[in-house]
Amino acid sequence: MTFFKTNYNRRSFLKSSAAAGGGMLLGFSWLASCTPTDEQLAQIPEEWFNINAFLKIGDNGIVTIMSPNPEIGQNVKTAMPMIVAEELDVDWSNVVVEQAGLDTAKYKRQLAGGSQSIRQGWQSLRMAGATARRMLLEAAAKEWNVPVAELTTSKGIISHPSGKTAGYGDMASAAAQVPVPEGIELKDTKDFKIIGTPTKNVDGPKITKGEPLFGLDYQKEGMLIAMIVHPPSFGMKLKSFDDTTARAMPGIKDIFTIDSLPEGVESQWSDVNAFPQLVAVVGNSTWEVMKAKKALIVEWEVNTKGENTVEYKKGLTKLIEKSAEEPARKDGSPEEAFKNASKIIEKTYSAPFIAHNTMEPMNFFAHVSADKAELAGPVQTPEYLSKTVSNVLGLPEEKISIMMTRMGGGFGRRLYGHFGVEAAVISKKANAPVKLIYTREDDMTQGTYRPAYEVKYSAALDENNNLTGFKVNGAGIHESPVFENRFPAGTVNNYVADKHTLDSNISTGAWRAPRSNFIACAEQSFLDEVAEAAGKDPIEFRLELFNNAIANPVGEDNDYDAERYAGVLKLVKEKSNWGTKREGVYSGVSAYYCHNSYVAQIIDLVMENGQPKVQKVWCAIDCGIVVNPEGALNQIEGGIIDGIGHAMYSNMTFTDGVPDQNNFNNYRLIRHKEAPVEIESFFVKSDIDPTGLGEPSLPPVAAALSNAIYAATGTRVTQQPFVDNVNLDKSTL
Amino acid sequence: MAQFTININGASHQIDVAADTPMLWVLRDHIKLVGTKYGCGIGECGACTIHVDGVATRACSLPISVVGDSKITTIEGLSENNDHPVQKAWIEHDVPQCGYCQSGQIMNAAALLEQNPSPSDTEIDTAMNGNICRCGTYTRVKKAIKTASSQG
Ligand code: FES
Ligand code: FES
Repeated sequence: MTFFKTNYNRRSFLKSSAAAGGGMLLGFSWLASCTPTDEQLAQIPEEWFNINAFLKIGDNGIVTIMSPNPEIGQNVKTAMPMIVAEELDVDWSNVVVEQAGLDTAKYKRQLAGGSQSIRQGWQSLRMAGATARRMLLEAAAKEWNVPVAELTTSKGIISHPSGKTAGYGDMASAAAQVPVPEGIELKDTKDFKIIGTPTKNVDGPKITKGEPLFGLDYQKEGMLIAMIVHPPSFGMKLKSFDDTTARAMPGIKDIFTIDSLPEGVESQWSDVNAFPQLVAVVGNSTWEVMKAKKALIVEWEVNTKGENTVEYKKGLTKLIEKSAEEPARKDGSPEEAFKNASKIIEKTYSAPFIAHNTMEPMNFFAHVSADKAELAGPVQTPEYLSKTVSNVLGLPEEKISIMMTRMGGGFGRRLYGHFGVEAAVISKKANAPVKLIYTREDDMTQGTYRPAYEVKYSAALDENNNLTGFKVNGAGIHESPVFENRFPAGTVNNYVADKHTLDSNISTGAWRAPRSNFIACAEQSFLDEVAEAAGKDPIEFRLELFNNAIANPVGEDNDYDAERYAGVLKLVKEKSNWGTKREGVYSGVSAYYCHNSYVAQIIDLVMENGQPKVQKVWCAIDCGIVVNPEGALNQIEGGIIDGIGHAMYSNMTFTDGVPDQNNFNNYRLIRHKEAPVEIESFFVKSDIDPTGLGEPSLPPVAAALSNAIYAATGTRVTQQPFVDNVNLDKSTL
Repeated sequence: MAQFTININGASHQIDVAADTPMLWVLRDHIKLVGTKYGCGIGECGACTIHVDGVATRACSLPISVVGDSKITTIEGLSENNDHPVQKAWIEHDVPQCGYCQSGQIMNAAALLEQNPSPSDTEIDTAMNGNICRCGTYTRVKKAIKTASSQG
């Protein structure tokens, strides 16, 4: 058992009170950590004392967990309360999870879902559950006049060896009077009963009924609908517009221009937005506004030159042909290693811009009046949104409330909340509550894309086929995809990593597993080729490298654990049919580490009418303790399908700054027919605190696919989307 | 503007909108049934799937003027108690991730099973191919359809 303090400098992370209607209410911070680092101790973040989550134990024994965490599709709304319930020791069937009433002052600070949310909340959630349990025990001990140590709990029942028992509900009101203990003990991980049990999504039944949960479903009395028109091309800006026809159309209330980031307003990282100046159309209903939007005549002018896909691709290629002025990392003497090599393998990989394309397009509700602003919608960064809205409207932050709705997908897109600011500015100008809705076309052509990347790898083998030198040189729009300290850094004596960035007026942002979503595919495809050149089995070759890193790591900054890395590879090999020949079945392997989790995958594919068809994906993952295996599997499967889909089909290209794709008729997303027939995942047993789940299964899978395609066709696919760059029979697509 | 009387989930509604208004926006804006989702507006994603006389139809591409006496069913009207075999199978297989595409997937799957109570894998793939799921729930959708078909 671990003992944790529930307070620092006499300020508690928890507050208890009597619940309205009987029972106890324990407020806590979703963010506090019970084992702060020295750095954190020196300056405990204010958020740790911000009560933003509640645990209510009613007189009827029903436990309600009010979570500030909005659901983005990563199952946090289910998994996080499971952690609280575990330490509280209740029956999960008596637990109700509610999204906190976010527009009250209490919940002002909210956080967004993400691969890291479970990691961040892990300890504070356990602390809250354990504290409530302890207070219930103390209440029972007092009532029965027995020592607390003699009491035990199970499934929400307190028992004493004398035979006395009481439900939590019976003790809840009394427990509300017990002072919050100074410290608490947490369960041993081996005693977990709820954590590790497959548990269904708490919102599942609401989704299957089509209940209003999402931002786009938000309704408010008197609400108008707003839409925006943004420049058709990156590099253009608004010149003038003629709304004579549009304004006269039925249901149209107002048409005006807005600036969501006026000059002089301090901007934050989350304010990525290529088009702050827009035309806004406000009206009674969506269809009326859509029609008026089309009837608008807008003139644009060139601000900066519009880019073409061929040109920036050339730009990236040029960059990676030369070394960076200063390498991001260098070990040993790569020049020597390459000079003395008996074999050199070199390959360049690239990937295009891609859009997030959350199924729910960007949208936000805002009602701005003279002295306050009420916002509601799907955003991952409410705190930043609140700050920008405050700056832009000149309204103090206390006057701004943001209610977070369920999000119809995120993948990083909703980190950038300009649409919330736009809604607020439109509402203020229209002097009415408005819901801003992006059409799919607005959404797909707005930018904030995953950047285009290109990377060149070189490997040197000696006469015994040992890897003696390794070079990686990568460039990308606004950011290089290279992680200089990741594998295979640390496994090879002579290593150099170079990074370059290319500027662009096309805006980019984080996209599910940023940078990893590309570099994993390049790196793992390349290693497959190097293994082949060395005459080694691709898994054995990787394991050899990990053995080097375990026995004699090169350098000190390697940011992975070679044993855990090797562990997932061994596991996936053991579980799959690796190495057994099957007629017409071709396999590829890949492994990658990101978001603190390790993943190895094997793809089995068959060729059908000249097309690769993924029969099975085997996936081994080491992500620490798995809180909810059901939700975790769903996440992993989603990441795999997403990874295969984007590498295979998705592509965003530009002509003179104009996106060539703007809806699902010309932008391809993976569909039912193209999805793997079967996915089977295996968790490495672990009692390490939980690590990322939403992202890690995505990056490596594209390489497992490209390596399997090579096994099937003899062609190395190096450019994404694969479908355009491998000699497959396109007629069947 | 024109007056329309349409039958949605067994109830009759009087609606005054332009004749070209797609059923998607009639449902969402005028009848406040928001389970039917907007994803693309051009019939390419399936998020807006409803049943028109039992047939899966993209509400974004169906103007109110052509609905006439047809009976429209939306996700809200698929069952009384969330107990249509497809809904039950969806919960059993924990299909949704973000959940946004799922009304459309469910409505499309329910219409498929109505016409073909035990579809093969290929038939499922073909029937469901117009329903995009950005979160990648396809393998679970297929499993759930199989479960629903055996219960059906
Ligand atoms: S919204 Fe109707 S098919 Fe996409
Ligand atoms: S569950 Fe998110 S789009 Fe399908």
